[in-house]
Amino acid sequence: MQPDYAITAKDLTKRFGDFTAVDKISFEVSRGEIFGFLGANGAGKTTAMRMLCGLSLPSAGTATVAGFDVYRDNERIKKRIGYMSQKFSLYEDLTVKENIRFYGGIYGRSDLFIKEQTGYLLQHLRLEKEGNTLVRALPLGWKQKLAFSVAIFHEPDIVFLDEPTGGVDPVTRREFWNMIYEASAKGITVFVTTHYLDEAEYCNRVSIMVDGKIEALDSPSALKQQFSAASMDGVFLQLARKAKRTEG
Amino acid sequence: MRTLKFLLQKEFRQIFRDPAILRLIFIMPVIQLIVLPLAADYEMKNINLAVTDHDHSAYSRELVNKIKASGYFKLVTYNEAYKQSLTAIENDQADLILEIPVHFEKDLVKEDAAKVFVSINAINGTKAGLGGAYLQTILRDYNQAVREKWIQFPRIKLLPTIDITYANWFNPHMNYKYFMVPGILVLLLTMIGANLTAINIVREKEIGTIEQINVTPIRKHHFILGKLIPFWILGLVILTLGFGVARIVYGIIPAGSFVTIYVFAAVYLLAVLGLGLLVSTYAATQQQAMLVSFFIMMIFILMGGLYTSIDSMPEWAKWITRFNPVSYFIDVMRMVVLKGSGLTDISRQLGIIALFAVVLNTWAILSYRKRS
Repeated sequence: MQPDYAITAKDLTKRFGDFTAVDKISFEVSRGEIFGFLGANGAGKTTAMRMLCGLSLPSAGTATVAGFDVYRDNERIKKRIGYMSQKFSLYEDLTVKENIRFYGGIYGRSDLFIKEQTGYLLQHLRLEKEGNTLVRALPLGWKQKLAFSVAIFHEPDIVFLDEPTGGVDPVTRREFWNMIYEASAKGITVFVTTHYLDEAEYCNRVSIMVDGKIEALDSPSALKQQFSAASMDGVFLQLARKAKRTEG
Repeated sequence: MRTLKFLLQKEFRQIFRDPAILRLIFIMPVIQLIVLPLAADYEMKNINLAVTDHDHSAYSRELVNKIKASGYFKLVTYNEAYKQSLTAIENDQADLILEIPVHFEKDLVKEDAAKVFVSINAINGTKAGLGGAYLQTILRDYNQAVREKWIQFPRIKLLPTIDITYANWFNPHMNYKYFMVPGILVLLLTMIGANLTAINIVREKEIGTIEQINVTPIRKHHFILGKLIPFWILGLVILTLGFGVARIVYGIIPAGSFVTIYVFAAVYLLAVLGLGLLVSTYAATQQQAMLVSFFIMMIFILMGGLYTSIDSMPEWAKWITRFNPVSYFIDVMRMVVLKGSGLTDISRQLGIIALFAVVLNTWAILSYRKRS
């Protein structure tokens, strides 16, 4: 039984007291898709993503991830997803190999799997020599690439990336997106938030959130046509100007 | 179970990789155990005494010599004007004034009664109170000695006096170190246990790694066990280290069995670590966690029966100490170390501490949420 959609959301809402961070958003993400989740700071992207990952309980609405309900089966969802948060979340006081081993282990991968895949991964990232280096000592770009690799190490169906390329140089960003394409080619659905509008062009489909609502959702080319803009920048600016919420 | 293995591996690696934590765990307790019992002395020495002697007789000098010889007092000034002594008190040089009046010798010999005046600087209450009491004892002894010398046969019948002789059971020489050292060891274990667990988890919250953990299918109780077990083991190591210091430095060997102590300590640590976990689930930052555990520790320590006797507390305060795990362990430590009590003797305390452990850890597991 394969679900048609990797993610579905219907009127998904999150309120913190009087404040509605996410206001009735609805969308579907197909399997294998690279889905871009855009929005200004404080638009509600991270909150929406946290609800889908089972880190935050929705106030209203429904959503499924990998075919499971976010209310009832959130622990089951967790087996099928990878997550890379805005904050860097590998253990800086563990080595590269120890981090991979730890996360592989708690997702229940076998020792053999961990050993083989670690070798392959380090080779792929050209980090063979740094296997026993503390993560603390790695440059930021490498850390981010490593964090992404760890997030998909247990071969999840869907990976959630929360501003994965923040603060990273253009070359590394490019490499990072190559990795996203590789993951997508393996059939992993990618759900990614970003600030960089050039990155939005790399996505199959893009949604733009303004003040907790999804204001636009389509492929980048269709959006540009719809808003008669030359680039995603133009589209974003037209929508973001409507925002009433200040940053925060 | 496999998850737990990976969690433990990670925790131990992190602990042993952090030199600051290692220092905190091993060197601090040793130093504190060596320094604190020597400093935290119940006996009052070096009480500064000012003497105003208006009499200048052989008897008055003998009295002053006797006081000096007791070893508790330090004579800061010996003068003829009370004003001078008062200045010494005002300048905080003296704690006590002893004023010997004119005709002290004469009155003592002829009238069979003499008066002296003791004035106490009560700013440092303990010192003044104890100093006053010591001085009274010395004066009484002196009085007795003088009377015996002069009254060859009683002209009047001497008042019958009751002499009290003491037998200090279980600690015959009243060596306060025998109850201070095990007590301080309990405090150290409590502080290190509760603080380390609280800080450890809150640190993961601050760095953001806890979110990465929460998004994995890890089970709550596995995660908590993964945090508890390493610190539980460390706690027992510290206890062992502490008894090593107690034996080498102070020659303290428990009268009872180590098995009794370790059984109790094992359960006690679970309770204390549970408290640390509980603090960590409510605190968002390391500062918050530190402040909360500091607050709790102050109460635990001051109402634990080590520095102040629980028996002499008011009824409501005694009631509070019943919720203080420290008081039970200090009790047990003294029973086992001094009296040689066994498991059956401490079963009541053991039961209560086990209850603490269950309640605190259940509470911690319930309030730890993977999803907000």
